[in-house]
Amino acid sequence: MIGKSEKKKSMMNGWDWAFVICNTTFLVLFCIVTLYPILNTLAVSFNDGLDAVKGGIHLIPRKFSLRAYDAVIHKQGLQQGAIVTVARTVIGTLLALVANALLAFVVSRRRFLFRSSLSFFWVVTMYASGGMIPGLILMKNLHLTNTFLVYIIPGLVSAFNVLVLRTYMESLPDSYEESAQLDGAGYMRIFVSIISPLCKPVYATVALFVAVGHWNSWFDAMLYNRNRTELTTLQYELQKYLNSVMQTQGNTSSSGKTSSSSQVTPVTVRAAASIVTMLPIIMLYPFLQRYFVTGLTIGGVKE
Amino acid sequence: MSLMNPSAPALKEKTTKAEIKRQSVLLIIAALYVVYGIIFYYLPLVGWLMAFQTYTLKGGIFGSEWVGLKWFKFLFTDDTFVRIIRNTLAMGVINLVATTVTAIGFAILLSEVKNIWGKKLVQTISYLPHFLSWIVVTSIVHEAFSTEGMINELLVNLHILKTPISFFSHTQYFWPIVAISNVWKETGWNAIIYLATITSIDPSLYEAAAMDGAGRWQKIKHITFPGLRSTIIILLIMNIGNVINAGFEVQYLLGNGLLQSVSQTIDIYVLKYGVGKMNYSLGTAAGVFKTFVSMTLIFLFNFIAKKTGDERLF
Repeated sequence: MIGKSEKKKSMMNGWDWAFVICNTTFLVLFCIVTLYPILNTLAVSFNDGLDAVKGGIHLIPRKFSLRAYDAVIHKQGLQQGAIVTVARTVIGTLLALVANALLAFVVSRRRFLFRSSLSFFWVVTMYASGGMIPGLILMKNLHLTNTFLVYIIPGLVSAFNVLVLRTYMESLPDSYEESAQLDGAGYMRIFVSIISPLCKPVYATVALFVAVGHWNSWFDAMLYNRNRTELTTLQYELQKYLNSVMQTQGNTSSSGKTSSSSQVTPVTVRAAASIVTMLPIIMLYPFLQRYFVTGLTIGGVKE
Repeated sequence: MSLMNPSAPALKEKTTKAEIKRQSVLLIIAALYVVYGIIFYYLPLVGWLMAFQTYTLKGGIFGSEWVGLKWFKFLFTDDTFVRIIRNTLAMGVINLVATTVTAIGFAILLSEVKNIWGKKLVQTISYLPHFLSWIVVTSIVHEAFSTEGMINELLVNLHILKTPISFFSHTQYFWPIVAISNVWKETGWNAIIYLATITSIDPSLYEAAAMDGAGRWQKIKHITFPGLRSTIIILLIMNIGNVINAGFEVQYLLGNGLLQSVSQTIDIYVLKYGVGKMNYSLGTAAGVFKTFVSMTLIFLFNFIAKKTGDERLF
């Protein structure tokens, strides 16, 4: 083992070493640039409000305080937004997964009579879309505006996710389906007990795509449900809050403006609210990140 | 076994009642999906008719007055809208070029790393920002580029600047800031597909090149780049249509009154006049124009790729 690596090292000349050192330095810098703003937000969120306004906080809070989190948690809108967001993420992801998987199952059956025409029908939807206003009018006509269902139903089937799932299902050997059919299993039975268990990794990928989309969405809340405050989402509340902070910063100078309690300032509350909304993603990320890559490479390269 | 093969000619002739009955479950499910697709994806296309009407909610599509190209004429004689097209296309192109170049560069540099553990760690960190919402990202960008923020602090400490700049009150900084935000958020994510392509290049090519005395740079130039070519072209065709879609959220969230002349995009215009002022026909006309441009760009680039003998989308 040692001999091998020594042999490899001896084959590298000066230029190679220079490249390796430069490349490593660059990639380390890249990681710092990626992580620093997030860690800095974390540090600011745990800092005392008035102190944070002075700036100059890097990776460690200067004057530790939990006031900003206290203020965020007790914000009425953010609480309601969190409940709605969790609900839409759980319900929306489960339903979308079933809907996308079932369609992918149908279009990946080799014997299915309308296989290519049904695929084409859905691929078209990836490129031609009606746009914001026809969409809004449609939701109004279907009486979906000002309802929770507008978060779930319109985006239920996505052609991109169906393509990812279909590609994976097509790569499974036909013999599974054939032997099940010989045993008298119908298509639904094959979907539920044979194909789905084999598709667990790709199901995880698609579920994560959909879940992140739900967690981060705010535009549908603003466009369809702005009149129903009980249907607000976490990100939309954050957006409204950031917007109001910017307005007040525009009027007064950015420093000095404090809200009710003297230890809470927009700078720290903004940081704390950002951290709260990204927390679930950051916490689950190390465990789930490998599924993201699997899905993208299945759907992209093999397609 | 050949009986199970659907492409066998003998079976194809018998694709009749028996087969339909056998597949009845699939056909019912397919029909449901077609109904859903028509309602949520195809029906809004009919809504494009609104662009040629003075649409009222009361009249609907069939009861509203037809006005021909009135709204399109209005748009193209409006200086604001012409400037908005410029903003949209400029930011779209800058973002596309910036994110593509950085993603390819990052993928190549990462592929040169031999330590698997280090490579995985860097890659995992690199696409974390992709999963943060634009709300959070723009909030971070705002903080970073503020007068007390980290960018000014860095530039002053490096003696590039004497005093901090207020980046969000000068129009010339807006497009670069939007590009930087996109690069920060998407470089690692976009690199995944390039990295997967590089991994799939036959290693014997590199070995043969090394035998012939090719250096690192020559291997990148003569093997990695040609290997990436078709992926780059496919992704460019897919993304070129988005040049005119690119950026609603970033511009909407980062823009402010001072920056209106450079920050407004077509979607913001649709939101402001179409939704905000309830002028549905004007908003739809702007949306139809956008789809027209994006379709034209996709077909144009696909045609060019076909002519030059490259891989193409369709």
